Amino acid sequence: MRRLVLVVLLVLAAAPAARAGDVTRGEHLYGRYCLSCHGANGAGTNHGDRQGPPLRGVGALAPDFYLRTGYMPLQHPGDQPRRSRVLFSEQEIEALVAYVASLGKGPGVPQPHPERGSLSDGQRLFTDHCAGCHQVVAEGGYLTGGVAPPLEEATATQVAEAIRIGPYVMPRFSPRQLSPHDVDSIVRYVQWAKHPDDRGGWAIGHLGPVPEGLITWFLAAATLVAVCIVLGKRLRSG
Amino acid sequence: MIRGLVRFVDQRTGTAPFLRKTLRYLFPDHWSFLLGEVALYAFVVLVGTGIYLTFFYEDSTAMVVYHGSYVPLQGQEMTHAYRSVLDLSTNVKAGLLIRQTHHWAANVFIAAIVLHLLRIFFTGAYRKPRELTYWIGLTMLLVSLLEGYLGYSLADDLLSGMGLAIGYAVAMSLPFVGANLAALIWDGPFPGSQAFFPRMYIVHVLVIPLLLATLLAVHLALVALKHHTQFRSDPRATERKLVGVPTFPGQAARSLGLFMATAAVLFLLGGLVQINPIWLWGPYHTYSATNGAQPDWYLGWLIGALRIVPGFDLAIGSYTLVPNPFWGGALLPLVFFGFLYLWPFIERRFVTHDYGYHNLLDRPRDAPLRTAIGMAVLTEVFLVFLAGSADRADVFFGLPYVPQVWAYRVLVLVGPVLAALVAYRVCIELQQGECVEHERERAERLARGRA
Amino acid sequence: MGKAKAFLVSALTLLLARHRRPSLPPGERERIVVPEPPKGYDAELLSIWIFLASAACAVAFVVVYVLDRLPAHTQLLGLALGLSFAFFAAGLVVIAKRLIATEELEDDYPEQEHPAEQERIVQVVEESGLTRRRLLLLALGAAGGSLGVALLAPAASLGPVVHLARFYLTPWRRGTRLVDEHGRPLRADEIEEKTFYTAFAEGADKEQLPSSLVVVRLRRDQLDLPSENAGFDADGIVAFSKICTHAGCAIALYRAPQFEPTDPKPALVCPCHYSTFDPATGGTVTYGPAGRKLPMLPLEVDPKGHLRARGNFDGPVGPSWWGVRLKEPTT
Repeated sequence: MRRLVLVVLLVLAAAPAARAGDVTRGEHLYGRYCLSCHGANGAGTNHGDRQGPPLRGVGALAPDFYLRTGYMPLQHPGDQPRRSRVLFSEQEIEALVAYVASLGKGPGVPQPHPERGSLSDGQRLFTDHCAGCHQVVAEGGYLTGGVAPPLEEATATQVAEAIRIGPYVMPRFSPRQLSPHDVDSIVRYVQWAKHPDDRGGWAIGHLGPVPEGLITWFLAAATLVAVCIVLGKRLRSG
Repeated sequence: MIRGLVRFVDQRTGTAPFLRKTLRYLFPDHWSFLLGEVALYAFVVLVGTGIYLTFFYEDSTAMVVYHGSYVPLQGQEMTHAYRSVLDLSTNVKAGLLIRQTHHWAANVFIAAIVLHLLRIFFTGAYRKPRELTYWIGLTMLLVSLLEGYLGYSLADDLLSGMGLAIGYAVAMSLPFVGANLAALIWDGPFPGSQAFFPRMYIVHVLVIPLLLATLLAVHLALVALKHHTQFRSDPRATERKLVGVPTFPGQAARSLGLFMATAAVLFLLGGLVQINPIWLWGPYHTYSATNGAQPDWYLGWLIGALRIVPGFDLAIGSYTLVPNPFWGGALLPLVFFGFLYLWPFIERRFVTHDYGYHNLLDRPRDAPLRTAIGMAVLTEVFLVFLAGSADRADVFFGLPYVPQVWAYRVLVLVGPVLAALVAYRVCIELQQGECVEHERERAERLARGRA
Repeated sequence: MGKAKAFLVSALTLLLARHRRPSLPPGERERIVVPEPPKGYDAELLSIWIFLASAACAVAFVVVYVLDRLPAHTQLLGLALGLSFAFFAAGLVVIAKRLIATEELEDDYPEQEHPAEQERIVQVVEESGLTRRRLLLLALGAAGGSLGVALLAPAASLGPVVHLARFYLTPWRRGTRLVDEHGRPLRADEIEEKTFYTAFAEGADKEQLPSSLVVVRLRRDQLDLPSENAGFDADGIVAFSKICTHAGCAIALYRAPQFEPTDPKPALVCPCHYSTFDPATGGTVTYGPAGRKLPMLPLEVDPKGHLRARGNFDGPVGPSWWGVRLKEPTT
C-alpha cells in the first residue's frame, strides 16, 4: 500500500514537469530549427535573406499555434505559412513552447469553451470579421497577396489562437475587440461549419454556384443528353 | 370511347382536319433535335414549381428580427423576403424540395437552351426561312438569363445581394445614362427604396413568364409552319422532302418520355443535391460580404470578365465616360448577343454568299468557316468563364492568382484565333477523309464489277 | 419563277401519281399507321411493371410527405417523386422503342412562298388608295409614334431618373459621430493596429451605401497621405467608405501584415473582384479593376474621446457613373 502511494506521488510529481516542457530541450531545438530566422534569444533578424519577427513576449500562445499547425518551420521567409505535416513530437512541441514562452511575459495557450458560446452570435461575428477572407462557412478564400485557408482542420484552440495572433496577413483581434465570450461563439460556429446544416442534400463543397454549375452540366445536362440519344436514335424496326 | 371524344371535339370546334394533320405531322429523327424540348419541359417544371413558391414568398424589404427554428440565425435582423425563403426552406413540408427543384430547373433550362443553340448554330438551322425562329430563340435566352438572375436575387441572401450590387454597378456604368437608368430601376441609389423588391418580384413572376410563354408559342408555331429541318442522312431526305416520325403514335411517346425524364432529373436533384442554401449564407446587408461569392453559372462569364479587365475608369476631365464595369459587364454580352443576332446576315453577306432557302442541315464539317467562327466565339466565352474561377484555383491548387489573370488576358485574345484555326483544319481534314472513303468505295465497286 | 412553278407542278403530279394505291374491297379502310412489329409481349409486360413501380413511388411520395418527422425528409421526398417520374419515363421509352411502330415517313416541305397570294395582298393594299396618300400616312405615323412615346412617359415615375442629387448624398457632416453596429460610439483609444472595424454614421440607415465605414489604425510612419487628404487621419486612425468603387460590394477584407519586412503591406481588399486599396495613401487602387480611389472620411477626436467626422467624404460613395467626378458629396 505504501509503495503504491509512493509510486502515485512520483507519477504526479513527474507529470506536471513533463507537460510544462523542458526549456533546455526547447532551447536546443530552437537553436537548430528557429534561430536562423528568429535570431538568438528570439530577438528577430532582419538582414539579407534570413528574416523573422522577434519572439520576445509572444508567450506560449503563438508558438503553440504555429508549431501545432505546422505553419513553422517556414521554408522561405516571406512565404505564406501553410498547414503542413508536423514534424515535431508532442514533447518537442511542448519544449519549444516552454522555451519561447520563457523569453518574455506573454499570453498563455487559450482555453476556449465553445459550449458556452452562442451559435447565432458566432454566425454574426464570423460573417462580420472573418467571412470576407475565410468565406461564410469557412471554406477558405483568396485575397491579394495571400490565401485564407479553409478551417476544416482547425481545432478550437487553434481558432482562438489565430484570432489573437493574426498570422501572416490576418488581422489580429484583441480581447478588447473580441471578448473571450465572443471567441467562444466564433469557435462554436467554426466547429459547426465543419458539418453545417445540409438539409438540402449533398452539399457539393458549400461553395455555391460554381459546383452547382458543374452539376448542372456534368450530371443533369449529360444525363438528359443521354436520354435524348436513347430516344432519338433511329431504330432498326423488326 | 375514342370515337365519342373525337366526335365531341370536332362538333364543337371543327378542328378534326387540323388535328389529323397534327397527329401525322412529321418530326425528323435525330437526338439533337430533342434538346429544345428538354428546355421546354424544364420551363414547364419552372412554372409549376414557381407558382407554388409564390404562395409562400414575401416581397418586402422591411426588417424583422428572426425568432424561428433555425438556430444559427436566431436574433438576427433580416428582411421579410429573406425570412420567407428561410421559413419555406426550414418549416414548410416539401418547401425545400420545390424550391431546390425550381432552382435546378432554372440552371438546367438555360443549359438546355445553350445546347440547343449550339446545335442550331453549328448546323445552320437559322438560315432562311428560319431567321425569325432563331431571333425569337435568342431573345428567349437573353430574357431567361435575366429571369434567373432576378429569381435567385429575390431571396435577399448574402450571395445574391452582392450580385445585385454588381448588377447595379453595371447599370451605372452605361455611358451617360447609366445612373439615370439605375435610379429608375432601383428608385434611387442602391439598395433602392421599398418598391424595388416588389418590382423585381412582379417582373420575375408575371412580366417575364408571360413574355417567355408568348415567345415560346410563336417559336413553336414558326417551327411547325415551316416544318423542322433535317440532316441529309436518309437518302430520301431532300430540300423538298421531309423524312420523319409522325406525332402520333411515334413521337408522342418519346416526347412524353423525355418530359418525364426531365422532370425526374429535376426532382431528383431538387431532393438530393443542395442548391443555394441561403440559411448558410445569411441575410444580405450592404456592409457585409463573403469571399468566394459567385453568380449562377450562366452569369459566370461576366464575373470573369469583370475581374480581368484592367483597373481604369475612362474619364475626360471630370466627365466619367466609361466606368470600369462597363467593359466586362455590359459590352461583352452586348457584343456576344449582337454577333449572334447578326450572324445570319453576316454569314450570307460575307462568308458563304448563300442567300438560298434551306431545309437541309449541314454537319459542322460541311461549313468549315461557320464552325471555325462559332468555335472562336465559344472559346472566348469559355475562357472568360474560366477566368472567373482563378481565385478558387489559387485556394485549391495553389496556382497564383495574379499571374493567372495575366494569362487569361492573353488567352482571351489568342485563344479564339487558335480555336478557329484548329476547328477549320479539323473540318477540312474530315471532309477530305470522306472524299478518300468515297473514292475507295467507288474503286472497290468498280473492281468487283469487273471481276 | 416560271421554271420553279413548272418544276413544282410536275413534282406534285408525280408525287400524287406515285401514291396512287390499288382500290380496296368495300367496308375495309386503308391503313394509315404502319403496323407494329411482331414482338410485343415481353416489352409490354416490362412496361407494365415499370408503370406499377412509378405508381408505387408516387404513393411513397405522399406517405413520406405525411411523415414529416423522418430524417433527410427533403432527400426522401425528392427520391420518391424523382423515381416516380423516372420510372414513368422508362416505361414510355420502352413503349416508344419496342411497342410502337417507329414509322419513317415522307412528306413534303411546305411551299417556299406563295407568289400569287403575295400579289393579291399587295394589290389589296394598293387598291385601297392608302399608299398614295403619303402625307396622311405620315401624319398617322406621327400621331401613333408620339402617342406611343407619351404612353411611356409615366415610366419616369419609377425613380428619380432626371434629378440625381441623391447619388451625392451622404449622412456625414462635420461632427457626425462614428458608431458600431449596435449604435455604440467608437472611441479613438480602442482602435488598435493590425485589425479593422466596421462603423456607421450615428442615426443613419446602415443599409444606405454612404453610411458604412471601414476604420483602421496605422502608425504615423506608415502613413503617406497625399495633399488632398492631409490631416484626414486622427492620430493615425483612418476611415474609408466600406463600399467598393468598382461594383459596390462591401470591402470586408483587411490585409494586416504580421512581419512588415516580408509580408505584404496593409491593404483593404474587396472579395468580389479583388480591387485592392492602400489605406496609407488615402485609399488609392493598388490592384484590381477599380477605377477610382476609395472615398476617405476625415476624422477628429472629440473631447470625450469619441471619433467624429470632420467633414464629408472626398468623393461620392459606391460604383462610378457619368457624374461621379463632377461634384463633391453633399449632406
